[in-house]
Amino acid sequence: MNKIKSLDDLRKMKQNLENGMNIREKSNSPESLVQIRVAMATCGIASGARAVMNTLIERIEKDKIPAVVTQGGCMGYCYAEPTVEVKVPGKDPVVFGYVDSKVAIDIIEKYVLQGELLEGIIPVNYQTINDKK
Amino acid sequence: MEKIKITIDNKQVEVSKGTTIYHAAKANGIDIPTLCYLKLDHLNIENRPGGCRVCVVQIEGRKNLAPSCSTLCADGMVVYTNKVRVLNARKTVLELILSDHPKECLVCSSSGQCDLQKLSQKMGIREIHAVENAEMSTYRKDYSPALRRDMDKCIMCRRCETICNDVQTVGALSAVNRGFMSVVAPAFEQDLVDSPCTFCGQCVAVCPTGALTPFDDTAKVIRALADPTKTVIVQTAPAVRAALGEEFGLEPGTLVTGKMVSALRTMGFDKVFDTDFAADLTIMEEGTELLNRISKFLNGDKDVKLPILTSCCPAWVNFFEENYPTMLDVPSTARSPQQMFGSIAKNYFAELLGIKREDLVVISVMPCLAKKYECQREEFSTNGNPDVDYSISTRELASLIRFANIDFNSLSEEDFDRPLGESTGAAVIFGATGGVIEAAVRTAYELYTGKKLTKVDFKELRGLEGIRTATLDFNGTPIHIGIAHQLGNARKLLDGIRSGMYNFHAIEIMACPGGCIGGAGQPLHHGDSSIIQARFDAIYREDASKTIRKSHENPYIIKLYEDYLGHPMSEKAHHLLHTKYFEKNKN
Amino acid sequence: MSHYKMHLLVCGGTGCRASESEKITENLNAEIKKLGLENEAQVVVTGCFGFCEKGPIVKIVPDNTFYTQVKPEDCAEIVSEHVLKGRKVSRLLYEDPETQKHVEDSKHMGFYQKQIRIALRNCGFIDPENIDEYIARDGYAALGNILTEMSPQQAIDIMKKSGLRGRGGGGFPTGLKWEIASSNKADQKYVVCNADEGDPGAFMDRSILEGDPHSVIEAMAICGYCIGANKGIVYIRAEYPLAIKRLKIAARQARVYGLLGNDVLGTGFSFDIELRYGAGAFVCGEETALIKSMEGLRGEPTVKPPFPAEKGYLGKPTNVNNVETYANVPAIFLKGPEWFASIGTEKSKGTKVFALAGKINNVGLIEVPMGITLREVIFEIGGGIKDGKKFKAVQTGGPSGGCLTEKHLDTPIDFDNLIAAGSMMGSGGMIVMDEDDCMVSVAKFYLEFTVEESCGKCAPCRIGNKRLHEILEKICNGKGTEADIEYLKNLSKVIKDTALCGLGQTSPNPVLSTIEHFLDEYKAHVTERICPAGQCKALKLYTIIPEKCTGCTACTRACPVGAISGEKRQPHIIDVDKCIRCGACYDKCKFTAIHVQ
Repeated sequence: MNKIKSLDDLRKMKQNLENGMNIREKSNSPESLVQIRVAMATCGIASGARAVMNTLIERIEKDKIPAVVTQGGCMGYCYAEPTVEVKVPGKDPVVFGYVDSKVAIDIIEKYVLQGELLEGIIPVNYQTINDKK
Repeated sequence: MEKIKITIDNKQVEVSKGTTIYHAAKANGIDIPTLCYLKLDHLNIENRPGGCRVCVVQIEGRKNLAPSCSTLCADGMVVYTNKVRVLNARKTVLELILSDHPKECLVCSSSGQCDLQKLSQKMGIREIHAVENAEMSTYRKDYSPALRRDMDKCIMCRRCETICNDVQTVGALSAVNRGFMSVVAPAFEQDLVDSPCTFCGQCVAVCPTGALTPFDDTAKVIRALADPTKTVIVQTAPAVRAALGEEFGLEPGTLVTGKMVSALRTMGFDKVFDTDFAADLTIMEEGTELLNRISKFLNGDKDVKLPILTSCCPAWVNFFEENYPTMLDVPSTARSPQQMFGSIAKNYFAELLGIKREDLVVISVMPCLAKKYECQREEFSTNGNPDVDYSISTRELASLIRFANIDFNSLSEEDFDRPLGESTGAAVIFGATGGVIEAAVRTAYELYTGKKLTKVDFKELRGLEGIRTATLDFNGTPIHIGIAHQLGNARKLLDGIRSGMYNFHAIEIMACPGGCIGGAGQPLHHGDSSIIQARFDAIYREDASKTIRKSHENPYIIKLYEDYLGHPMSEKAHHLLHTKYFEKNKN
Repeated sequence: MSHYKMHLLVCGGTGCRASESEKITENLNAEIKKLGLENEAQVVVTGCFGFCEKGPIVKIVPDNTFYTQVKPEDCAEIVSEHVLKGRKVSRLLYEDPETQKHVEDSKHMGFYQKQIRIALRNCGFIDPENIDEYIARDGYAALGNILTEMSPQQAIDIMKKSGLRGRGGGGFPTGLKWEIASSNKADQKYVVCNADEGDPGAFMDRSILEGDPHSVIEAMAICGYCIGANKGIVYIRAEYPLAIKRLKIAARQARVYGLLGNDVLGTGFSFDIELRYGAGAFVCGEETALIKSMEGLRGEPTVKPPFPAEKGYLGKPTNVNNVETYANVPAIFLKGPEWFASIGTEKSKGTKVFALAGKINNVGLIEVPMGITLREVIFEIGGGIKDGKKFKAVQTGGPSGGCLTEKHLDTPIDFDNLIAAGSMMGSGGMIVMDEDDCMVSVAKFYLEFTVEESCGKCAPCRIGNKRLHEILEKICNGKGTEADIEYLKNLSKVIKDTALCGLGQTSPNPVLSTIEHFLDEYKAHVTERICPAGQCKALKLYTIIPEKCTGCTACTRACPVGAISGEKRQPHIIDVDKCIRCGACYDKCKFTAIHVQ
């Protein structure tokens, strides 16, 4: 650790450090962010959900996209795992099935950033496990 | 000084900026009562904790009542000292204080002198609202040879604490415990005798109640007087005659030497002598010691201890034994006048009478409480028989006079007995700060220069300032003199010497404000320092009225040396009139 | 660099640590390692979340899962279910006391919904022992900006504009206080942080120092720049070892980064802090008494003026603010005084932290905007009264405050309204009482505290409070009279009117406010000799209902003083004079034959 020599140094340091706090900062105001939930039940993990989640997080951090990635339990679409639910502020949530790393990138770049719809949306009035309770 | 206008009790008055409401009211004839506030003008003594809350007043625009002792006047301020709200608050607070105060006024030694009692009278307190069997704060009592602590009667005015710490820098007393059990006491619940207390008694002099009182030795005096096998003699200190009259309603500063002698004789003392005689003797010994040291110093003796410090004041002796244990060889070895008198009485005078020292009882009347402690010091006794048997204070003498049904004011004036009752003006001024050194100078000058003084008054040495310095011309040799009264000033002076700020040949130190005239055994001043000034003036009046004003010219002193002691600092004198000092903490 | 998906925030406050939160941290880390999730999940020890009722707390972000009363043995499940599989551990979730449903997202907890966290912004959010996390949240940026771009007066003007008032109890405008200290010229000045929190039940200052020590350090440095002081002193109670430890760590880290010490951020400004420990005397929270204590003297207040800003520590101009006040300062500079002033009421800006305690469901620490009502605090944030009992009163302002009742529930809380209602803000204690609380006993309880904590300097506080307590005790013992109530009132008013410092000037508040709002209850004690709440033991009367008594002698055997007599199988009698009202007979009787009045 070295002395911080000026206000500029402090600001630079802050920029380097703030990434580490991102997850927490985002949790403060999730409703204003794009909320992405990866189903991480056993079936999801088996189909590669963990890799999908990592890809999503990396992509978001790269461009500092105002989105938060959380993990959820089984959504009930085991046949379509890995599944990802995306909730853009002001819009209804959308669930994507059969998501791999490529699709994950598309979700971010096309759906989240451009608002384009993609293939693979599970177009039902679904209920998540959590809502059923 | 900038003037501001305020309104007190609907009366517009003008006061200097920085004046407290209390003083502004007082200057305009409104005497706001207080139990804790104390200010002795000219003596640099002020106690203002704002703790008793009896002096509260109402200020327009202020939410709560304000303590007038510590609230400064502001321009345009409107103050009420006697609205119902104020009076009710004052009375309620006073009742609270009384509710935690023993109800033994009838037998309290401060009865009639007690500020709390007087205020209760003034406020017309006739009952105390409190729960039946309300808890009282009680504490262990502590009797020292000089003063008694009965802290059940303490009202936490903190005057004693301020005196002991800020004025005297003794540090024996401070507030301990918290809340309801708060009280002023020595640290670790020590007894005063084990604490750094010097027994100066100035705490007693300012205590508004009977919490701190002198140790009462009057019963012993009565017992001695009643014993037909004893010869009882008395010595009276110089400051006593300048204050005793106050106890009998006389104006402060009235000299009552003759009536006092008369009263003592009426009470049955076999001889009424004067401590002043011993004061002249002190000058012979101490003056000689001073000259010896100065001569040695001027002759190039590097080991000689200068400045010489006076040693008449027993509280001061206790103070340096406690605080300056490495300097025990600096003060004069001369005993105090009280003890010189005792020693001469029990040896020389007992021999003259042809009686055993045990059959001679020496009583001293002193303005001082530390003298009670001093006369009990082991080194001042022979085979367990003390040189001075009992020391009583001016106030105790007054109560003995009252007890003996003597109408003091109608007494005729009488003179002291001889031989130990003759004294000079030099001895009289021992009672005021600067007096001892002036007396010493009168003798030392003549002995050193061999010339007669043309003018015996050394006005440059007089005054009530805490620390005074002067340089006298001893026929071409400059003699530097330092004077301090109050132990805090003494400490400053000594520390100044150590740091090289001062350079003196001789220093006089007195523990009490104004010297012995402000001693703790004197009639209580109740915060009025003009009383001390009046006694001060009286002392110098008495000096001026004396025909002999230099100690070495006292014929009975000359005779004492011729018949008995030889010469000053002789071996016999050394044995009888000198002492040594002890590191207090090692005793 | 690892891309953590998840942070597990474990409360490291004093309360949760007492319930093994350190062990929880340890176990979570071990479980995460066991499942190879070190690069996905990070465990962070934070300061207090405020929801102390249900500690230890583990909060998982970004999904805001709020686990309560977590035990070390729960960690394996949390990691294997939640961290690994995304399945929340329902049984550990907070259960809404009304709907009795588990709340998945802490954002939806009533406890947090109405809170606005400024002073507590970092508590329960960052690792207080890691300066980097503080810097990542714009820590020391306010100080940096001020030192680089503002004059002291400009910074003081911002403080004045914000309207921040002292949070220690007095509510004196902070900016003005700084300005006065700044205008007094001296060779040395001091910035003092009063961390001598003493109100029973209040622990906001401790929580801030434990959870976000840097914000206090930064604010003290800002204050130092404003008033021209290079020395700061934190006067903190020795009973706060964790706060002391975190403060020391924070100061050490700040020194390493050059944020304390000489030439801060290359601006030439120098400032450092040191700690002084208080021995826990309540009165030392009073600023003049605090200064006396710091000087090594007896901790007792002195007459003001002179105020500390003029003549304070060692006779030098000294600015004393409390911890919570300082914690607001960096946020004011970062977000602007207008933002701060937009929160709260006209004369009380911003937020206030309260310590909720007593008969309330959600005991804990909350930060709410000024102007919120007591009803919102007690019934929405606090989750209402425990066990469905009836709300009776709430004591605000600690032992020096007053009791507020039903009729005050919709009063917006701010400095002035509370005083107008006969209470005060104090440092933010809030103790809720229900129908079972006897208001005379409540007043007696608070007086007991002030009698204990009086320094003894002034007569009205030293003796007056003692007498108040004695009279209250007399009333509780069934020996009071109506005259006692009148005397209580007079004595209380005189003590308030004449006491030297804030302690005595406010100590009779509980007496006056309970007499004002619950006079009937006092009267019942002194005239009918009953305690309506059934709390005062001496006023309980135990009798045996002869019709119900079977003469089984169970009560006779239970009675410790032999006050019950009677023939076997005959109705028994209780000797009222012998009875010590212990209730043993009542507990033993199987036939509900003992009647308590």
